[in-house]
Amino acid sequence: MPDTGIGARVERKEDARFLTGRGTYTDDINRPNQAYAVILRSPHAHAKIKKLDAARAKKAPGVVAVFTGADLAGDKVNGLPCGWLIHSKDGTPMVEPAHPALVTDRVRHVGDQVAVVIAESRAEARDAAELIEVSYEPLPAVVSIADALKPGAPLVWEQAAKNTCYDWEIGDRAVTDAAFAKAAKVAKVDLVNNRLIPNAIEPRAAIGEYEAATGMHTLYTTSQNPHVIRLLMGAFVLGIPEHKLRVVAPDVGGGFGSKIYHYAEEAIVTWAAKKIGRPVKWTAERAESFISDAHGRDHVTHAELALDGNGKFLALKVITKANLGAYLSTFGPCVPTYLYATLLAGNYSTPVIYCSVQALFTNTVPVDAYRGAGRPEATYVVERLVDEAARVSGIDRAEIRRRNYIARDKFPYQTPVALQYDIGDYQTTLDMVLKAGDYAGFEKRRAESKKRGKLRGLGIASYIEACGIAPSAVVGSLGARAGLYESANVRVHPTGSVTVFTGSHSHGQGHETTFAQLVSSTLGIAIDNIDIVHGDTEKIPFGMGTYGSRSLAVGGSAMFNAMQKIIAKGKKIAAHLLEAAEADIEFVNGEFRVAGTDKKKALAEISLAAYVPHNYPAGLEPGLEEQAFYDPLNFTYPAGTYLCEVEIDADTGVLTLESFTAADDFGRIINPMIVEGQVHGGLAQGIGQALLEGCVYDKGGQLLSGSYMDYCMPRAHDLPSFKVDTNSTPCTHNPLGVKGCGEAGAIGAPACVMSAVLDALRPLGVTSLDMPATAERIWRAVQSAKTPKAA
Amino acid sequence: MTAVTVSMTVNGKPVTAAVEARTLLVQLLREKLALTGTHVGCDTSQCGACVVHVDGRSVKSCTLLAVQAEGAQVTTIEGLAKDGKLHPMQEAFRENHGLQCGFCTPGMVMSAVDLVKHNADPSEREVREWLEGNICRCTGYHNIVKAIRAGAAAMKGK
Repeated sequence: MPDTGIGARVERKEDARFLTGRGTYTDDINRPNQAYAVILRSPHAHAKIKKLDAARAKKAPGVVAVFTGADLAGDKVNGLPCGWLIHSKDGTPMVEPAHPALVTDRVRHVGDQVAVVIAESRAEARDAAELIEVSYEPLPAVVSIADALKPGAPLVWEQAAKNTCYDWEIGDRAVTDAAFAKAAKVAKVDLVNNRLIPNAIEPRAAIGEYEAATGMHTLYTTSQNPHVIRLLMGAFVLGIPEHKLRVVAPDVGGGFGSKIYHYAEEAIVTWAAKKIGRPVKWTAERAESFISDAHGRDHVTHAELALDGNGKFLALKVITKANLGAYLSTFGPCVPTYLYATLLAGNYSTPVIYCSVQALFTNTVPVDAYRGAGRPEATYVVERLVDEAARVSGIDRAEIRRRNYIARDKFPYQTPVALQYDIGDYQTTLDMVLKAGDYAGFEKRRAESKKRGKLRGLGIASYIEACGIAPSAVVGSLGARAGLYESANVRVHPTGSVTVFTGSHSHGQGHETTFAQLVSSTLGIAIDNIDIVHGDTEKIPFGMGTYGSRSLAVGGSAMFNAMQKIIAKGKKIAAHLLEAAEADIEFVNGEFRVAGTDKKKALAEISLAAYVPHNYPAGLEPGLEEQAFYDPLNFTYPAGTYLCEVEIDADTGVLTLESFTAADDFGRIINPMIVEGQVHGGLAQGIGQALLEGCVYDKGGQLLSGSYMDYCMPRAHDLPSFKVDTNSTPCTHNPLGVKGCGEAGAIGAPACVMSAVLDALRPLGVTSLDMPATAERIWRAVQSAKTPKAA
Repeated sequence: MTAVTVSMTVNGKPVTAAVEARTLLVQLLREKLALTGTHVGCDTSQCGACVVHVDGRSVKSCTLLAVQAEGAQVTTIEGLAKDGKLHPMQEAFRENHGLQCGFCTPGMVMSAVDLVKHNADPSEREVREWLEGNICRCTGYHNIVKAIRAGAAAMKGK
């Protein structure tokens, strides 16, 4: 048998269908007699709806129905729920406004859903949507964090004074201030973490279907977590019990967080399908994705780091304002709090940390988790401060990191911001990356660039992330309104092949291969005899889905535990068949053996006996199928250090990314090829944030970066090939020793790239620059540094 | 809407369909011919998920009216593998992990095959420049570039 187990670079099982055009994405599905929905969206950032007249649209060719917010309200359809409750420092709960699937009286961002047109064809629905007459009374809008905070600023929600959703804190401010009072030096930064638009290449889509005879609803949707959608939409929005609602998330073309959330269109098509008695399909156009998919990041932060005379970190103070958009998306409130401030210890032994976060409503698209979610923001704050600390203390940037890392022998390490890191070795990944990226040879390369008239900069950044979300009781105590375990069902068929049903969802991660490798190693069977099934609530027992780099650490652990139950039952059957004591049976390489003898039975023989139980242990149930739910004991803590080099033409501001080197610790690795691919993709998104991507609204709340011509996605020629390597300190608290790898690149790269940009520009006197560091921004920064300051 | 009749050859088979004049080639392929391997990722001709070959050249099928392909030879991702055997470029994408979610993949592969027709041995830089019109959000392009160079070598050896 070829090596298809843990650690092998197995080619992906899913590729055969994707490479031949045989994938099944939501928009590839067509249901008999289906009609097409088009959503009429608000062109205003903030307005009252004075009148809505759909009479002409209803008479347009091919139109089946037009529905508005009044129709939903008439059927007692509720708004979209928020999945996380944050309390402010004064103990009051966050302001949690209604989030209707279709608005009734007021629109709060460009793209807000106003009405739905359902027609025989998509083109007819679109034509008819233009015939709906909406009379708007535009209201002043707040767009940026600065706008929202201005005294007397217009209110997005009347119940949210100062546009504030919550004002939260972690740590003790007085203790932190006392530590700062003893500092030899203080590093200070003011940063903007730029707002991003996730842009999975598959636009969101949803098909609702209703079977009147059985009362069964089906929703096909581009989701990272179909069971979560079933729960949120069924229980909170439409009032459909789980047994009458099937949610299918088939092949999904990328998610990056943006397909976690329950969106209005899912509820609209599910509800409308029953209303009109026909399947209803909606597919976003890209322009719609830009104004309806949840955005990411959008922080403004002031941060300070206190140092002693040796460059040791004494205390960290971070004051952040976060933009949540017009409504609370499913997990929006937890991103700038528990996924952000709890990571501010970074890789360092900083003993005292305080962070306050004021979250604000604005007339923009809701903001939620996007690849990394809170952790890129935390890493950016910490690493920009560490670079500044190196500058003010005159210590080398690698050395100051090494000096402050949590030592290898200090794990488990309790940070001052709630998390307990189980294991790590930051020194080794630093050593690896300094060697692989030739840190020592940089000054020579800088001099060579200078000869060619170019500025060269070296960037360095360490990162840590909390993945494998999460121990349910812990997140419950922090405000999560759901558990965050995972389930797996392992079915050994009579002749020994295996189907595994997992609550994790693959939308590019290659689960059908990685999980099959895990099964292949654990049960000792060929990978071709294993199928992984995901994405359908009718097939999978339950699931919390895929985000936060949790699939292997949580979903894989559930699978492993279910397989242990299979092995335990198999031992009982084998003991009976081999006439041995159960305690003497061992399971090795797919065979049940009587220890110390040559007596054995293959798994397929045991499964056949289980389904044809003629000669079978008395009292034991037939069949060989087991299920496990796994609730993690802790988060996992992938970490690493990145190094990169940029070259800048100071006359034009044009920057080239010359090299990027990564050293990550993901614990145990199942498929190195897939892990490298995940790192590459994360790096590209992180580099995109640093150099190219930025969501831009005008002052009135119109999205200016609303297409691929205006929002700069990294192209192949913007990026170099990457050097990636891994070290492994296996996770101590899950049965696989795995940590997760999906977000690392997006978390560490922005800080690393900006470190390089500022290193290149510092000789010209540029000390600060916000992302994205476009040619224009670099050029302006250079010009501004050249201009003599007014006396 | 006025219906028009278009005829063309798609993956070697003659097809005739009645379409609205405004129907795009990608809509004809996906909605009338059920060739859903060709994808739509944007509405501004940027992403390249819809790339097919029209008379041997890579074309964004979201940017061509179906009637403009009248009489043309059209090849989609479904028509690339022959006799159940993957095209060397498809095989190279698999061997080099040049795809993750698979959504941009059909366009990437079709674009790559056309590149190799123009340039049998493209350098890394040439591959990256050629992919100007194809966006991938998953792979960071690293393995796509590797796959295309390997695919080019395999096509030469064929």
